[in-house]
Amino acid sequence: MNPRILAATVGRVLRQLRHDRRTVALLVVVPALLLTLLYYMYGDQPATGGQPALFDRVALVMLGVFPFVIMFLVTSIAMLRERTSGTLERLLTTPLGRLDLLFGYGIAFGLAAAVQATVASAVAYWLFDLSTAGSPALVIAIAVLDALLGVALGLLCSAFARTEFQAVQFMPVVVIPQLLLCGLFVARDEMAGWLEAVSNVLPLSYAVSALTEVGAYPEPTTTLWRDLTVVAGAVVAALVLAAATLRRRSG
Amino acid sequence: MDPVVEVTDLVVDRGRRRVLHGISCTVGSGSVTGLLGPSGSGKSTLMRAVVGVQTVRSGQVRVFGQPAGAPQLRRTVGYLTQAPSVYADLTVRENARYFAALYGLPAADADRAVADVGLADAAGQLVADLSGGQRSRASLACALVGRPELVVLDEPTVGQDPVLRAELWARFHALAAAGTTLLVSSHVMDEAGRCDRLLLIRDGRLVADDTPAAVRAAAGTDDLDEAFLRLIRDRQPTEPSRGADR
Repeated sequence: MNPRILAATVGRVLRQLRHDRRTVALLVVVPALLLTLLYYMYGDQPATGGQPALFDRVALVMLGVFPFVIMFLVTSIAMLRERTSGTLERLLTTPLGRLDLLFGYGIAFGLAAAVQATVASAVAYWLFDLSTAGSPALVIAIAVLDALLGVALGLLCSAFARTEFQAVQFMPVVVIPQLLLCGLFVARDEMAGWLEAVSNVLPLSYAVSALTEVGAYPEPTTTLWRDLTVVAGAVVAALVLAAATLRRRSG
Repeated sequence: MDPVVEVTDLVVDRGRRRVLHGISCTVGSGSVTGLLGPSGSGKSTLMRAVVGVQTVRSGQVRVFGQPAGAPQLRRTVGYLTQAPSVYADLTVRENARYFAALYGLPAADADRAVADVGLADAAGQLVADLSGGQRSRASLACALVGRPELVVLDEPTVGQDPVLRAELWARFHALAAAGTTLLVSSHVMDEAGRCDRLLLIRDGRLVADDTPAAVRAAAGTDDLDEAFLRLIRDRQPTEPSRGADR
């Protein structure tokens, strides 16, 4: 990797984003609107016997899930465009390295995700009185890590799509199973054994577990650090695999 | 002097189709070499092989003595793809500055490259809002911004009006005079006469590799269009296979 080329690529991706004001607006506003929806769905269900209120539990998980889903979609389309427009082919004839490109996307969309997560968390904590035992800053940091997971998987999946139609179809394939099995709908230790086993290898499960830990404990726990390590490891693994799919030569 | 590009027995398959049937040719230093042939004859595939993004079946391509696509060549070879490959959601200036930054060059170099292709007035416009001809010039600016020693241009003048085309060709010759080597493809024969040397390609085979004057003389006509037709007709009986598409 070359820091100068990496920085230029981050700047380029952010500039593309800046010219697309509607996308920026959607990125910032949509999670907040969805949280509003959740608030009115669950808002009057009180806390019961040691369990946090349903809104607190669901909203906290969603603060991590929204950036994951949105960044997965945005990135897989952005990377597919790069492939279909010929810019990728040209970039690969320049001094740019494959990791410069992939980390460039990761950092640029990670920055966008940080803004998104900050706005969404601000809305959740101030407007809807979300309460967590742990620090909101930690929640935002986990949300950004989840966004990076979405970016990395999006970059990887775009290699297997030839058209934008195919790329969006990867969302139900890659994202929804992770969402169903992450422990939000059914606690993971109450699932059938094989489902729990599947859930154990899906990175989003650890992302959700990390957020739940922040919700329950004032200080970072060992489980939290384990979860974050797993998610970060999945991000790096997906980026390395994505680099392997970026072939300089094609048919 | 060693040739800049040296292609030896290059065979390329795309899918099940053989696109290049064992091409051998060279491109000399500081010259404009025209790669001419009908649409689908294999021009783009040959150019992709020269810049090292094409999977090849057999044979070799060497550029400045290195295998095509070698990391050391990425600073020295500029490539213009046939379809304009610039970011539609960036301005012309932003595109050029990004590609300049990849070569470690300052913004001023990028702005000069934009002006050199006649887009100074449109520099602040989004590429998506440009006409087809302007878009391909924006793409050309990004190919030239790194001041490459070898420039591979796939149909750079498509969609340009005659005045601009003449300007672009003057620019190519100025680059060659300064020592740059250019490989330029076209399917328009009137551009062939502007090249120092011609590679005529058809159905993935080299039909002629000579100066425009020698091609005219060999075919016995002053009209390069007609010369190309005659050269093809002469070869037809010995070249029955016409399967190649690109």
